[in-house]
Amino acid sequence: MAHQFPALTSEKKKELAEIAQRIVANGKGILAADESVGTMGNRLQRIKVENTEENRRQFREILFTVDNSINQSIGGVILFHETLYQKDSQGKLFRNILKEKGIVVGIKLDQGGAPLAGTNKETTIQGLDGLSERCAQYKKDGADFGKWRAVLRIDNQCPSQLAIQENANALARYASICQQNGLVPIVEPEVIPDGDHDLEHCQYVTEKVLAAVYKALNDHHVYLEGTLLKPNMVTAGHACTKKYTPEQVAMATVTALHRTVPAAVPGICFLSGGMSEEDATLNLNAINLCPLPKPWKLSFSYGRALLPTRRQPRRPS
Amino acid sequence: MAHQFPALTSEKKKELAEIAQRIVANGKGILAADESVGTMGNRLQRIKVENTEENRRQFREILFTVDNSINQSIGGVILFHETLYQKDSQGKLFRNILKEKGIVVGIKLDQGGAPLAGTNKETTIQGLDGLSERCAQYKKDGADFGKWRAVLRIDNQCPSQLAIQENANALARYASICQQNGLVPIVEPEVIPDGDHDLEHCQYVTEKVLAAVYKALNDHHVYLEGTLLKPNMVTAGHACTKKYTPEQVAMATVTALHRTVPAAVPGICFLSGGMSEEDATLNLNAINLCPLPKPWKLSFSYGRALQASALAAWGGKAANKKATQEAFMKRALANCQAAKGQYVHSGSSGAASTQSLFTACYTY
Repeated sequence: MAHQFPALTSEKKKELAEIAQRIVANGKGILAADESVGTMGNRLQRIKVENTEENRRQFREILFTVDNSINQSIGGVILFHETLYQKDSQGKLFRNILKEKGIVVGIKLDQGGAPLAGTNKETTIQGLDGLSERCAQYKKDGADFGKWRAVLRIDNQCPSQLAIQENANALARYASICQQNGLVPIVEPEVIPDGDHDLEHCQYVTEKVLAAVYKALNDHHVYLEGTLLKPNMVTAGHACTKKYTPEQVAMATVTALHRTVPAAVPGICFLSGGMSEEDATLNLNAINLCPLPKPWKLSFSYGRALLPTRRQPRRPS
Repeated sequence: MAHQFPALTSEKKKELAEIAQRIVANGKGILAADESVGTMGNRLQRIKVENTEENRRQFREILFTVDNSINQSIGGVILFHETLYQKDSQGKLFRNILKEKGIVVGIKLDQGGAPLAGTNKETTIQGLDGLSERCAQYKKDGADFGKWRAVLRIDNQCPSQLAIQENANALARYASICQQNGLVPIVEPEVIPDGDHDLEHCQYVTEKVLAAVYKALNDHHVYLEGTLLKPNMVTAGHACTKKYTPEQVAMATVTALHRTVPAAVPGICFLSGGMSEEDATLNLNAINLCPLPKPWKLSFSYGRALQASALAAWGGKAANKKATQEAFMKRALANCQAAKGQYVHSGSSGAASTQSLFTACYTY
């Protein structure tokens, strides 16, 4: 017996699936340009530029007004709230510039971390209150996808069952609410690279996290064909002394994914974390050449790895 | 090996446990006076009083300035945000009036429902964003406990696994955050009485819900000794044609509780739902006389069942203050006796006390 209370009509499912496919079609990926004001401040400080709204606007204008052929590589751009409403120097809204290039506009939806008491400083993510109303407004204002980043850490007794479960659940609630409002949810459960753990341990943890995420998405009646996954690649921790090749990273990553991510998910767009631009590209290439079953598109959703301001990999925090 | 990352220090645990025990000591219970503006509007409309801030303030003033002996029956009062900052006609803060009577002040913390897509119109509760900061402020402003009401419904495919799990999880997050800020969380997973299901079905559902709630509280490292539970009694649905006695309600209720609620929980303070004042008291009394193991205090956290007669007596007129206070005091005393299994039904209750207070799909 089919589900008696379907979350979405056939039309709504079709719309979501088409948006998701459009973003990752033909090798296209995502520009994650959704740095919050504070984070943008860090980036600008490194190049000795003042963190003003105008400077942030100018930098984004330069990126978004690039030649239209960018739409062969970039299927979607994630924006921060401020940027969704900014305009170029002729007064044209950024979101319209992007849409006219055939690029799908997305919006960051999470609202920062909150501590999980009784854990080793682990966190969950806030942002569910009033989320439906916010999504409806963003959809009206031109967004077609959302993004929500959950953070898990490898450390002594981390990630704990509670952290995995709570972050997976919040991701699933967010995803459900997005879909109710016509936004494709990008689901981002990032296992951060801080620490000295090896590749195998990251793979183990990533599998546990992704299994929990997909169980939660199923519990919350999320339509997988209308979602995208934004996971970490499986890598050793930043402080791990052993080094691995892109092929090893690729094998560990695709192994983890094909054990946990259902084929219904149209695309997996990796985050770059603290990787250098070159490593992010080499690893993605190796992932696409990995000889395991790969029923989803394997693409990118890069912030730092796409921005020319970066020269060195992020130092461990 | 003990928990390596304890959520609370011994001192914090002690403080929370003491607050919880103080609220339910010696048969005391809770006055749920935390009706939102809209809900208060419904109450006032019934007695043809306009829903203004001043009228709400006046009614609460009459209740809170009752004789000090109220502190024998009432251990805690739950307030709505507005009321925490209101004053009596001499300019004295309500919260200080209550504290001086030795009554613990609580604050409603949930912020309304949100739909769960893919279910038969089920909901979860909002209010977790920024909750820690709100709790810290309320603690500074005199609150020592919080309250969060989750709502589950019995219907076709309800409550679903998702609704149970999601509401239990939100309750557990709320409880954890409260405790981090020195507030005792009252955990309220209400299975509402709407529907025509019988007593046995309500018991079955209540057990499932409470099991999920206590698993979630455990997962979230909530210190049970520093919490209180505010459940529904187990009753048939309002539209059920079969009627049950207080003893049957009591047996079903205590059976469900003793299968799911750990003995570490110091007190269980029932909500009155839509029960009449008298039924709420009779049922509570029968619960306390039920011959099953009952390691927790079994008391009350009543809104409508403590205030219906008082509201009727007041009618919006200051001249009725004394009658209003008498009506309130009478119900408080009756419920305190019931919480000790000592209530004797006098048979001379007024019309308001036997009147059903049921509102379909009740939201605060």
